[in-house]
Amino acid sequence: MPGLRDHRGPPALTVPDDVVPDDVVIVGASAGGLAVAEALRRKGYQGGLTLLGAESHPPYDRPPLSKQVLSGVWARERAYLRQADELSALEADFLLGDPAVRLDVAAREVLTASGRLLRARAVVLATGLTPVRFQGQDGLAGVHTLRTMDDALGLREDLLDGGRLVVVGEGVLGAEVAATARGMGVDVTLVGLGDAVLADQLGDLVGGMLTRLHAERGVRLRLGVAVEGLSGSGGRVSGVRLASGELLPAETVVVAIGSRPATGWLHGSGLSVRDGVRCDSRCRAAPGVYAVGDLASWHHEKLDRRLRLENRTNAVEQARIVAANLLGEDRPYLPLPYFWTDQYDAKIQAHGFFPSGARVDVVEGDLEQNRFVALYHRDGKVTGVLGWNMAKAARLHRGRVADAIGD
Amino acid sequence: MNIAVDQDKCCGAGQCALLAPEVFDQGEDDGIVILLNPSPAERFRAAVREAADVCPASAITVDLRP
Ligand SMILES: Cc1cc2nc3c(=O)[nH]c(=O)nc-3n(C[C@H](O)[C@H](O)[C@H](O)COP(=O)(O)OP(=O)(O)OC[C@H]3O[C@@H](n4cnc5c(N)ncnc54)[C@H](O)[C@@H]3O)c2cc1C
Ligand code: SF4
Repeated sequence: MPGLRDHRGPPALTVPDDVVPDDVVIVGASAGGLAVAEALRRKGYQGGLTLLGAESHPPYDRPPLSKQVLSGVWARERAYLRQADELSALEADFLLGDPAVRLDVAAREVLTASGRLLRARAVVLATGLTPVRFQGQDGLAGVHTLRTMDDALGLREDLLDGGRLVVVGEGVLGAEVAATARGMGVDVTLVGLGDAVLADQLGDLVGGMLTRLHAERGVRLRLGVAVEGLSGSGGRVSGVRLASGELLPAETVVVAIGSRPATGWLHGSGLSVRDGVRCDSRCRAAPGVYAVGDLASWHHEKLDRRLRLENRTNAVEQARIVAANLLGEDRPYLPLPYFWTDQYDAKIQAHGFFPSGARVDVVEGDLEQNRFVALYHRDGKVTGVLGWNMAKAARLHRGRVADAIGD
Repeated sequence: MNIAVDQDKCCGAGQCALLAPEVFDQGEDDGIVILLNPSPAERFRAAVREAADVCPASAITVDLRP
């Protein structure tokens, strides 16, 4: 069986954590998992390397799914993270289409759905997130969540069929889907609990601007309303039911109401998984067990608090720390969070933290011209920098947040 | 060392310009990467390598051969 190798050497339990492993299994073969593998090799690690993935696609990038892949501007291959030759140069066993179903922490053993048993000196957990669904949505055609390549391609097909789209959720994902679908000429309604698009993430000023932008582009907005559930007939969705009893008719529905760390397979492992896999400041969950990416919650030593980030940059930056620590270094993970979102012609860059109630000052550019940099302040400190079509200037202010978190 | 960037993939994160400002710059508004020097001196090697690593869009490729 490919990738399954004997476990030689002393029993795993007696292996001290400061020994460089000669065998690493990475569960989750996407942004974070792949980045750990590459960083290990780059650092000269020559031992065994196995990447286990639930999906059968080669590792691909997720941010384009709601943007270029959904709109069709990119063929799916364009979102692949690496070419075939780059993957083979890694000299790793890729076991794809075979999800992990159990982890034995003490023995560092991973059991897969097909019955493979993988043992290693070190295991890296990189399984990302699972979207939250409405009860009963799985039985209804036309209802989508968006996390995987297959999700994106399936949604695109439904959008090309025409008909009305209702997007539930006014967060980043819902807003991006609404924007991309409008760009495809689809009739879009965006419904959400919050009073403005992305206001929970970025505050009222930017939330208000984004809300106006969606309205100008012809998205029907139903904000500040609760969704009760979905209606359907004949196995296909017919609309979204609001708590008020009103029905928003739809041929296609996207449910973007949040995601949960994909820790289902870790139940019973003994790891703490209340909000992601709980790690120390070194991204270590247990001796020889590390977590990376959207899944990992860790203690940020400079901020002195627990964080779990769901963004693309975090996956690679954290992967570099995990690889270093696997190889015997002792490095805390101290990132300054960063994410971006593209909606219509607005390119937003967000560095740092955007706590609710923060004071927001525009320091460059002009709100009227849809081109500005804003600093977010809380308790007299700069916590975040946001650029709206001013990416470079925003980046140049980033140092002020770094100063504030003591970087 | 030879560098190539894929402006179409770039998301304007600016990690590259942060790490190796002698080699990478960004467009003012969209933040899209601008390659200042496709074959920089060896002393930039580590910084360029790191930029390619952390680029969230995998938009930078580095050929380390001189
Ligand atoms: C549509 C979309 C748009 C996004 N846009 C942006 C953006 O604009 N900017 C930004 O900063 N971030 C964005 N993100 C977030 C970004 O993509 C994630 O932060 C990043 O992918 C996290 O990487 P990861 O490796 O931790 O998790 P993932 O990329 O989710 O990878 C986890 C992998 O593990 C696999 N897996 C799950 N369970 C198992 C199992 N039991 N066994 C084996 N394998 C398993 C999954 O199939 C998946 O391939 C977006 C995400 C999505 C879904
Ligand atoms: S780091 Fe990558 S995505 Fe960011 S600006 Fe540079 S090339 Fe573009």
